[in-house]
Amino acid sequence: MEMTGAKILLECLLEQGVDTVFGYPGGTILNVYDELYHYQDKITHILTAHEQGAAHAADGYARSTGKVGVCFATSGPGACNLTTGIATAYMDSSPVVFISCNVPQALIGKDAFQEVDITGITMPITKCTYLIRDVNDLADSVREAFALARSGRPGPVMIDIVKDVTAAKGEFEYLPKEKHATSGRLAALMERARTSALKMPEPDQGDINKLVDMIAESQKPMLICGGGVVRGRAHEEFREFARRIDAPVAITLMGGGGISGTDPLATGMIGMHGSKASNMACDGCDLLIAVGCRFSDRVALKPDTFARNAKIVHIDIDRAEINKNVMTDHHIIGDAKQVLELLNRKVPKYEHPEWKKYVFSFPTETQYDDSHVMSPKQILSTVSRLCPEDTIVSTDVGQHQMWAIQHFHFDYPGQLLTSGGFGTMGFGLGAAIGAKMGNPDKCVIHITGDGSFRMNCNELSTEEFYKLPIITFVMNNRRLGMVRQWQELVYDKRFFQTTTERGPSFTKLAEANGLQGFRVQTVEELEEAIQAALEAAENGQGTVIDCDIFEGELVRPMVSGGKHITEFLVN
Amino acid sequence: MDNVKLRTLSVLVDNESGVLSQISRLFSRKGFNVESLAVGVTENPAVSRMTIEVLANDNHTNLICNQLNKMVPVHSVKLLEPSHSIRRELVLYKVRAKTSEDKNQIIQIANIFRGAIIDVSREILTISIIGEEKKTDAVQELLADFGIVEMVRTGMVALERGKYTIDEDTKVKGEFNYGKNVL
Repeated sequence: MEMTGAKILLECLLEQGVDTVFGYPGGTILNVYDELYHYQDKITHILTAHEQGAAHAADGYARSTGKVGVCFATSGPGACNLTTGIATAYMDSSPVVFISCNVPQALIGKDAFQEVDITGITMPITKCTYLIRDVNDLADSVREAFALARSGRPGPVMIDIVKDVTAAKGEFEYLPKEKHATSGRLAALMERARTSALKMPEPDQGDINKLVDMIAESQKPMLICGGGVVRGRAHEEFREFARRIDAPVAITLMGGGGISGTDPLATGMIGMHGSKASNMACDGCDLLIAVGCRFSDRVALKPDTFARNAKIVHIDIDRAEINKNVMTDHHIIGDAKQVLELLNRKVPKYEHPEWKKYVFSFPTETQYDDSHVMSPKQILSTVSRLCPEDTIVSTDVGQHQMWAIQHFHFDYPGQLLTSGGFGTMGFGLGAAIGAKMGNPDKCVIHITGDGSFRMNCNELSTEEFYKLPIITFVMNNRRLGMVRQWQELVYDKRFFQTTTERGPSFTKLAEANGLQGFRVQTVEELEEAIQAALEAAENGQGTVIDCDIFEGELVRPMVSGGKHITEFLVN
Repeated sequence: MDNVKLRTLSVLVDNESGVLSQISRLFSRKGFNVESLAVGVTENPAVSRMTIEVLANDNHTNLICNQLNKMVPVHSVKLLEPSHSIRRELVLYKVRAKTSEDKNQIIQIANIFRGAIIDVSREILTISIIGEEKKTDAVQELLADFGIVEMVRTGMVALERGKYTIDEDTKVKGEFNYGKNVL
């Protein structure tokens, strides 16, 4: 059937089962929005306050639902505002398709109004970019983009469409999603795609058998649960595997939710702010099996001595991760779920009581001094006690993020939304909006610090307008706490540019946006505020709870970058 | 770094705009040093072949190949073994030749190295030489005495010797299918 490019684009979104799009309109993408007007009953468009918020929302939607997120923006500044969001999704392997429109073909390269080479800009932070100049390429490219975003190791994809294409007429035939891989360019690509970009690599039996033997020889095995377990929704297989080999399990930041935080084998996070138990186990184990993690510099702080007494086995879908940061002794390439299933079939039940006794003689959780106003632990345990068990938690970046991982127990993949690799302050509120759109029946909370919140609090208006009752907890120490912590520990307490005793009043800001605002200083006040927030959420109203905390509070323990994993700078 | 040496990679890619930039940016953003990069279309107009030379150790070479293999426009990647491949580069030298004696000597040098005089003017000779760096370096050293006005290299191109091709179902490619790497 002949139709305009704009209509083809929306039909392609429907083929993919897309019902929610986050975005912001502008001059060049007007044709698409004009067509979207006719698709309002099929595709819900969420207009954010800023494109970055839209990008994070699409990302949060993707992370929490496991579906591909979609985000629209116009050319030039609109597209550029997406970039932080794209890089955030890329570093954490989140499947999002970003669609922007560029100036008309005749103006490309003429430095036209709001023109920018967005495919060039986003090339290093996407799995693939497309610049569509011909309406007949549009459907094929969109199908390919969605397949790429969600397959193998997921990630963001950028599609830039010149404005004429959205108005030009082309042929479009509906093709069910399952048939995309056998038609057009995608078929040719599938034919030759050998790596994780498009295909699930088939795990090698020989590799599996070798690991089974290594496990049999090991007396002190340990597991790391990385983001791959979360993205691959392999939590059940992972738990069974951990049970079988009876190994302590440390999580990376991205692995939060890959194994229940209350699991008796869980030792908490590993790395720079890892628990004593995790870091000591890593140093003492004789076999370290890392599933879906990439040994980032925040985990393997000093790659040469990381797990120095152990044989390191790396299970990952992306073979480019093997031996990238840490030299490993063995690896298995494949989807975490599939590899763990195969392993579970072959690995008998082992028991390592002595080893576990040793590991769990170290604390899995940090004890904080409760004498100050409210300790982070008091706040977080109150929040997790009063909010429903399956509450989705999004965080921003900084001290509050580390505290949230340390004291919140995440039970399922997609429950924790946090910017791990890119460390994007201002990620949380957008992500929470996306998560609430994708999970309307779940309680969604946003844990942030005053610094991060100030960055993108403009999205409170989006939250209010669409009646997305998110509860924001601001851990307010009137400081850029994490940077201040480094200044205290590494820069001889020369505190500079990290004191943010300034506006706005977060309660008034909440009220100005039509939300509830509370400022709390004691646990009792916090409890009351949470009750009020949960009640208001029933009616679709969000809440901001500004929690006063001690400015000198540190994230503990801490190992400095580049140091051995047990050389704790603070305990 | 251990075992750092010059590695020659042959890469088949989509012949589309933006691909060259995508590949070259991979090298810069991953911190790999490109010594030489040559690209041109193949017998199949939809496919271009790149010959990329990098200074790297064994592990980095593996990482480069894996990163290249991950890119959507890349069809195949092969590390060419020096003993089983032919490498050639074309170099053009523009040399000062004021006297006829100079001209004669330069022509003789070109002949010895099986080069060709491809342009001549009153004071300048332009010479083309095809070969590996050993040969072109030697020529360059000899020509330097006369004064090289300017010069240009095409970058190294390479192919495997004998019947093997980049698409051959060799062990390397087979191993890629299930993720093992024996590069």
